[in-house]
Amino acid sequence: MSAQLTADALTLFRGDRCLFKGLSFALNSGELLLLRGSNGSGKTSLLRAIAGLLELESGTVYWNEVAVRKEPQIFQNSLVWMSHQPGFKGDLTLIENLHYEASLRPQSNQELDEVLNRLGLNRLKRLPMRSLSAGQRRRVALARMLLADAELWIMDEPVSNLDSEGRVLAMELVGEHLAADGMVIMAAHQDVDIDATVQTIQLQ
Amino acid sequence: MWKYLHKLASPPHFYRLSERMIPWFAMPGLILIAYGTYAGLFVASIDDQQGEAFRIIYVHVPAAYLSMMAYMIMAFGAGVGLIWRMKLAHAVAAGAAPLGAWFTFLALATGSIWGRPMWGTWWEWGDPRLTSELLLLFLYFGYMALRNAIDDITKADRASAVLALVGAVNVPIIHFSVEWWNSLHQGPTIISESAEIGADKLYPLLAMIAGFTLVFGALLLRRVRTEVLYRERRKRWVRDIILSGRGR
Amino acid sequence: MTDQDQQLPGVVTGLVAIVRRDLLLVWKRPGDVLNPLFFFAMVATLFPLAVGPSGEQLQFIGPGVLWVAALLATLLSLNSLFLSDYEDGSLEQMLVSSVPLSALALGKSAAHWLANGLPLVIVSPLIAVTYQMSFFAIVVLMVTLLLGTISLSLLGSIGAALTVGLHRGTALLSLLVLPLAMPVLIFGARTVSLVAAGDGIAGGLYFLGAYAVMILSIGPFATAAALRISNE
Repeated sequence: MSAQLTADALTLFRGDRCLFKGLSFALNSGELLLLRGSNGSGKTSLLRAIAGLLELESGTVYWNEVAVRKEPQIFQNSLVWMSHQPGFKGDLTLIENLHYEASLRPQSNQELDEVLNRLGLNRLKRLPMRSLSAGQRRRVALARMLLADAELWIMDEPVSNLDSEGRVLAMELVGEHLAADGMVIMAAHQDVDIDATVQTIQLQ
Repeated sequence: MWKYLHKLASPPHFYRLSERMIPWFAMPGLILIAYGTYAGLFVASIDDQQGEAFRIIYVHVPAAYLSMMAYMIMAFGAGVGLIWRMKLAHAVAAGAAPLGAWFTFLALATGSIWGRPMWGTWWEWGDPRLTSELLLLFLYFGYMALRNAIDDITKADRASAVLALVGAVNVPIIHFSVEWWNSLHQGPTIISESAEIGADKLYPLLAMIAGFTLVFGALLLRRVRTEVLYRERRKRWVRDIILSGRGR
Repeated sequence: MTDQDQQLPGVVTGLVAIVRRDLLLVWKRPGDVLNPLFFFAMVATLFPLAVGPSGEQLQFIGPGVLWVAALLATLLSLNSLFLSDYEDGSLEQMLVSSVPLSALALGKSAAHWLANGLPLVIVSPLIAVTYQMSFFAIVVLMVTLLLGTISLSLLGSIGAALTVGLHRGTALLSLLVLPLAMPVLIFGARTVSLVAAGDGIAGGLYFLGAYAVMILSIGPFATAAALRISNE
């Protein structure tokens, strides 16, 4: 079952600055779209625009040939977002946070315990999020990606703040997701070594 | 017709068009105000109840009316800008706000002056019109403060647009509430609804209202032009205008 | 992998999820509930001290003082409504979620009311008694506060959403919300005053109810729009 994400002539301004103009791409199941560029080049803004957090000046994003603008909920239901901030409540425990996330995605089929085991988070699950390290929080964010059961992963520099073990794990998860016909859009500082079709967009 | 409107929404076109429109607003407006002032001060007969003091209505009523109209224009511009993403509409809202605030202040000041002989004080909380105008002034301040607090112009436009629309819904409710509140008290109000206004008093008033509105229009156009110039300052058409020395 | 005919999470799902989350958060930090309540009690205490303990006078100003204190306490608690979500990134996750944002906004307002408005209603009779208000006046006070705090939570959410993350957002929030909250204050406080005067209170209560319904129907959408704009 294949899906497609297409972007047609995306243009974005931040204040007076034009970050990109007329940007287009097509992403299919099993493919990774890699955004490269130095800091401030617009990688994060492009990701946010695709995810719907920023308004584009012009251009359209299509999900399975339907304009996202027309049916935003269907698109949002098929994506999961990972940014610099983990997006968890510090006062709640790991498991309370994930329960909340799960309640927003009632149709997900993933098993919480399996995912926690996979990411080595079991012994942390009753700790409040604020007592976890940055790297551990990143892993919980990865748990969110798995639990969402979503086709499109949008990730903003997912491997920064991770130790080498964490980096390997993250790329493993991305690889598995791609192999299972998922799609990934990722902003990164360096190239990724992965066994899948990779498209690269270099932003100035 | 859509084509015409679409063309009007383009900033350079609006800029050129408004340059020619301003005199057509300002001149008749000033003439009407001149007539209204003269007639109001010298021709209109003295009021039985309020003596000479009533003459301040010739400034107070237009100012109060415009303070409300400016808010509606602001809210309309904000709505159009938010829904249809028209930048010019946002510029209109931004230009209308300070004008509206000034007219509100003028209405408050003249209202206070008018009420003084009657109340014996400079302020009467029991007067619903005065209190509503004060709340309107706070609404304007809030709008302008929000705009100021946000650096990015697009974001400021959109955030203040939401505020303007929510405010617009609330303005009639605020008016109604203050009227009700006052009715519990039966305090002395400025305008007694039952008083009939004679023709000799009415015509100068109508002239002042019309004149003020036209002058408001001219001032608004000037402000919006300035907004447009600032917002489009990096565009070529603005540079052309500045370099050619035209465009006042 | 997900099905072709996906079940999109609906309004109720989102509402319940966010109310549960926020109430759980409040459970972990009870100060968030208690501080505004203490503030309410403190403000109400200031007037007898400042104005004098004359029972008659206090009875006269009681409804107004209590209502103003409730309004100020609500403003205090509104400040942080979206702040932690904005700072830790969970607001962003809400924006990206397929749950309708207006449902989540309504949920935040509902949780705010449960944690701040409702306690005010419950505590108010304790303070009202010190102002020598009659039994019936206290009952009417509680009803007006019930309807009024619901409206204030919904209205205030819009202001909180517009000012989240802004420099000096606190003062700005008050400036934005207070003028808009005037109708609620006027009708709320004055209806309670009418009890002492022996006049009919139905009109005031109807207004408060109607206003609450009005703000319930437009508030969440305005709050959602404001959240999107603020997060950009």
